[in-house]
Amino acid sequence: MLKYLFAKEKDIPGGSAALFFGFSCLMWFIVGTGLGSFNAAKLAFPDWFTHSYLLQFGHMRQVHVHTVIFGWIVGAFAASAMYIVPALGNTKLWSEKLGVWNCMLWNIGLMLALSTLWGGLTSGREYSDFIWPIDLYIVIFMVTPLFTNIFMTILHRRTQGIYTTNWFFAGSFFMLIVILLIGNAPEFFHLTGLNEAYMTWWFAHNVLGLLITPVAAAITYYIVPKVTGNPLYSHRVGHLHFWSIVVFYSTPAAHHLMSSPLPEWLKSFASVEGVLILVPAIAYVCNILLTMQGRWSMFVENVELKYTITGVLLAIPLNMQGGFQQTRAINWYVHGTGWIVAHAHLALLGFSTFAEAAAIYYGLQTLLRRKLYSLSLANFHFWMLLIGFSLYWVSMTIAGLIQGAAKIYEVPYLDVVIAEHPYMIVRWLGGTLVFLGNIVWLWNMYMTAKHGNKIEKGVLPHQVAYVR
Amino acid sequence: MGFREYRIGSILFGVALSSSMMITIYFPGLDISSVSSTSIALEKQLTYGKNSSFDYGDPFVQGKDKPIKVLLKKDPITGATMDDTNAYVFKPGTSLPSGLVHEHIMGAKVQALSVSLGKTNQVDESKGGVFLVQSSVKDGVETPYIEFATATRGWTVEATLAAADQQMLAGSGKTMFVREGCWWCHTLLPEETHDWQSFGRPPVVGDFNGESPTTFGSDRKAPDLLHVGSRNSSKEWMMMHFFNPRLVQPHSIMPRYDYLWGETDKQGNKIDLAKWDEEFNAYREGTRVYPPEVPEYRDDTEIRMLIDFVLNLK
Ligand code: HEC
Ligand code: HEM
Repeated sequence: MLKYLFAKEKDIPGGSAALFFGFSCLMWFIVGTGLGSFNAAKLAFPDWFTHSYLLQFGHMRQVHVHTVIFGWIVGAFAASAMYIVPALGNTKLWSEKLGVWNCMLWNIGLMLALSTLWGGLTSGREYSDFIWPIDLYIVIFMVTPLFTNIFMTILHRRTQGIYTTNWFFAGSFFMLIVILLIGNAPEFFHLTGLNEAYMTWWFAHNVLGLLITPVAAAITYYIVPKVTGNPLYSHRVGHLHFWSIVVFYSTPAAHHLMSSPLPEWLKSFASVEGVLILVPAIAYVCNILLTMQGRWSMFVENVELKYTITGVLLAIPLNMQGGFQQTRAINWYVHGTGWIVAHAHLALLGFSTFAEAAAIYYGLQTLLRRKLYSLSLANFHFWMLLIGFSLYWVSMTIAGLIQGAAKIYEVPYLDVVIAEHPYMIVRWLGGTLVFLGNIVWLWNMYMTAKHGNKIEKGVLPHQVAYVR
Repeated sequence: MGFREYRIGSILFGVALSSSMMITIYFPGLDISSVSSTSIALEKQLTYGKNSSFDYGDPFVQGKDKPIKVLLKKDPITGATMDDTNAYVFKPGTSLPSGLVHEHIMGAKVQALSVSLGKTNQVDESKGGVFLVQSSVKDGVETPYIEFATATRGWTVEATLAAADQQMLAGSGKTMFVREGCWWCHTLLPEETHDWQSFGRPPVVGDFNGESPTTFGSDRKAPDLLHVGSRNSSKEWMMMHFFNPRLVQPHSIMPRYDYLWGETDKQGNKIDLAKWDEEFNAYREGTRVYPPEVPEYRDDTEIRMLIDFVLNLK
């Protein structure tokens, strides 16, 4: 990678940037889920690894969250965008060199960001935990180059129209810059009080709603038609999805603070807008599932589709929860409980991770021009991920319901802690399966790069048969 | 771009995004900023100082650059006895809280009273000073304000610290609370329904003016702490609980904070955590009758700050 940093643009093989991003996000995925599993162990067995400043739960939790979000999720978005956007525009990436630099600055930045955070330098705000110099670094050296590269590639496309996936890529990366700048305003300008609290959640909500879910959806808009060979069921419905995300998803930030004394009109507004999130959600899921018409056997036979469609199916419970969690009665029951943690993992570890895993599997094969090394290992990874995630989701959902019930009956808190203990252990087991599965995945991808069968020019990875 | 549709689309995109921000940021901002501080908000500002997380004044998040809250039983200058009074001492150079620096934080009425009665316009950060929270009743309406006691009563920083019955480092403690991530498990926000009975009164809108960060917490794996000091005010219990929560609550999942004690205890002896663990394990297995003693902490330790903060949450 280093040799490309100062190479001439024309000497850098196309797809290098995407490839580097692909492998780096895989590494971060392993680190992140390992940290998650460690955190889960701390919550199940608090006397494990004590006396240490660094290994304390309160110092590690946010490191896990940011490793998986910026290292894995957004890293995988960058990797996917850098090969999907050129492919859809029938062109090359605008600048491979910028892409390679972007990848290096991304990893350096993430390392800086995570180590300062781990060391205790925090802004004390959930999801915008990084201190403001790091926030500025993220905007200037990580996200802006990414957006510029993607946007310029779309401008220089050699096709007439712009496909749905690319609207999301361009729109979301642009919105990410805006969100990072505005969402961290409390730190830049020292805003205080409820304004600060509200802006914190405005940031958190929009990072999830305007970046992570739409881009994960964008990826599936590419993978499903590409692999099945079916055209997208409806571009109109795609329009509906895009525009309703922009309009409805950007507004209900206050639903994270329903129990705080924010102005009542704001909470009611957030509640209503939140339910309207069902519009893009239903449009999206129907659109993709209808695209599968006549090709459902590929859901079983083809790994990439297995991941993608599992992700899309997980988006159904995700959005059902998301749409109704913010109505006041339900919110009061689930707020601050394990239910929300389960929901967060349904969105990130369920829906978007499955969609991205598909994009990375598919992308790395395309870029390396090599067929996946082992189908069995890929299937093994799939089941580790799915079973691990399900254990996590089910156990934390039950734990959350217990906590909610305890609110009503005013159970002494210690009894709640005792009641949750078994679920904490199950969560840890589930998360550990995910972590172990990922190691297998990295191995599989490494072997693909080294020993995968060569794919001829003009042939797509899924059209080549497995030999192993 | 090619197509006319994309021009229109981009414009629409901008319009949609800006109007959404207008509704979700600008209007709520106006609404929230128009709320006047309660006395709780003023107390919090004076206790916690400018900022409880990463900041110029405290770049390594160690609880530096914070005021000291003191309890006075007599007037520091005249020596006359008076009712128990909380005063907030800002040593020279300590950053002032937003409310004292910016016009629009405390609310118009509170701001006006703080200037007219409280003389807060005479505050100088480089000289420090002593502050009180007061309230004035007019036409049956009570309005809190900040009094700059150095100007109104001549209370100097040194005299006030010397006369203080008790010094609390609650401001530095809040920084510890933020840095140690207590708020990943505990909330500082009782909800408006049944929580009232178990965790106490929920806060109101004006309780937060000038506080940063508010660390409400989003995930409640443990009791709400907003009023914990009025449920449990025992320093000894806190000490044991922070050293190892399993000493007092065998089923707790709270982490140990024994590393906040530093290297040595109050008497200057080295704290041997490994030996303590051994004895504690023996106690848990039943081969020892009493649990090992928890070392007393020095006054300049981080645990002192944290305990002061927790006990101050009334
Ligand atoms: C892993 C989650 C976790 C973290 C992190 C945590 N606590 Fe706790 N805390 C608990 C649990 C569970 C309880 C209830 C059982 C008990 O008393 O130990 C508790 C109880 C308490 C209590 C007693 C509450 C009462 O109602 O009597 C206080 C005070 C407290 N914690 C303070 C803190 C402080 C300060 C920090 C940060 C330095 C902290 N906790 C970090 C889980 C946590
Ligand atoms: C791609 C994978 C993952 C993503 C994107 C992810 C994301 C997140 C997020 C966003 C949170 C914050 C939740 C909240 O505030 O409500 C979180 C918390 C957490 N995650 Fe993950 N996670 C992933 C995988 C894992 C795995 C494999 C484990 C292992 C068990 C794990 C364990 C945890 C734990 C223990 C917490 C703290 C929850 C709490 O405070 O109760 N995560 N994660």
